[in-house]
Amino acid sequence: MRWGVITFPGSCDDQDVFDSLKLELRQKVKFLWHKDELAGNYYCIVLPGGFSYGDYLRCGAMARFSPIMQGVVKFARSGGLVLGICNGFQILCESGLLPGALMRNAGLQFVCQPVHLRTEETDTPFTGGLKKGQLLQMPIKHGEGCYYADPRTLERLHKNRQILLRYVDAKGRPAATANPNGSLENIAGICNEKRNVFGLMPHPEVACSRILGSEDGVKIFTSIAAACADRAKSHG
Amino acid sequence: MRVKIFVLLKEGVLDPQGNAIERSLHTLGYGEVQNVRVGKYLELNVDAPSRAVAELRVREMCDKLLANTVIEDYRFEINSES
Repeated sequence: MRWGVITFPGSCDDQDVFDSLKLELRQKVKFLWHKDELAGNYYCIVLPGGFSYGDYLRCGAMARFSPIMQGVVKFARSGGLVLGICNGFQILCESGLLPGALMRNAGLQFVCQPVHLRTEETDTPFTGGLKKGQLLQMPIKHGEGCYYADPRTLERLHKNRQILLRYVDAKGRPAATANPNGSLENIAGICNEKRNVFGLMPHPEVACSRILGSEDGVKIFTSIAAACADRAKSHG
Repeated sequence: MRVKIFVLLKEGVLDPQGNAIERSLHTLGYGEVQNVRVGKYLELNVDAPSRAVAELRVREMCDKLLANTVIEDYRFEINSES
């Protein structure tokens, strides 16, 4: 069992995800090419950040039709863990694996800065190693990260507790001034109803070593690894 | 058949680009401008036995790819002469 990291044409964070998993977390990782079928056993498939297919039409709109994504959709439907970071989050929304959409930042500017995040839910494979309310610091770097969902979808997100991360200030308050892109309710990351697909705009893969200013990203990856180890045990 | 497709953010969905353009127009002295919305415009040729079939196919294309119906509405015009 290992991690799979997909490379789409225009992905640019695939190597960072790969290196963080392999070098910092000593995990088994394999690159997956967008034109290939998804074959083999994986802990978790990661859709990295970048500008897949040049962000043509809409961010993530083209990537969902690539051959590998047909396998990822099946993998997710059968309960496999899928993590979408930044452009990966956009692809998951466009694929219908996550509800809502990511739109142009409210300030129209590309934002590249560290942000504070608050852990909202911990009963998921992605946040299981965190405490409710725990603050994390990671960078964001995107032009289209403004999360939007219609009122009915938002109500479902609340009811099923699918909002996993929010942008907050240094004291942990989801203030308007702590919202870097105009996302609805300061939403930075959500999961699906089955809690096996997670999308977030911040980048845990570049927050995995002290030299980069934060190791908080490690907590997301180790949560996933621990959840997978538990699953493997319970399935014998 | 030549098809013209218009994709626009749904009413109620914030359009920061539209707002910025509106402010610029106001600065230029066009105070009468309100509710600017920015969208996409596509043109394409479709081979279809009838207008009805073309309509059905184009609607499918819009729903599947050309528009994200979570945030966008679309409409299209088909010119069967061309």
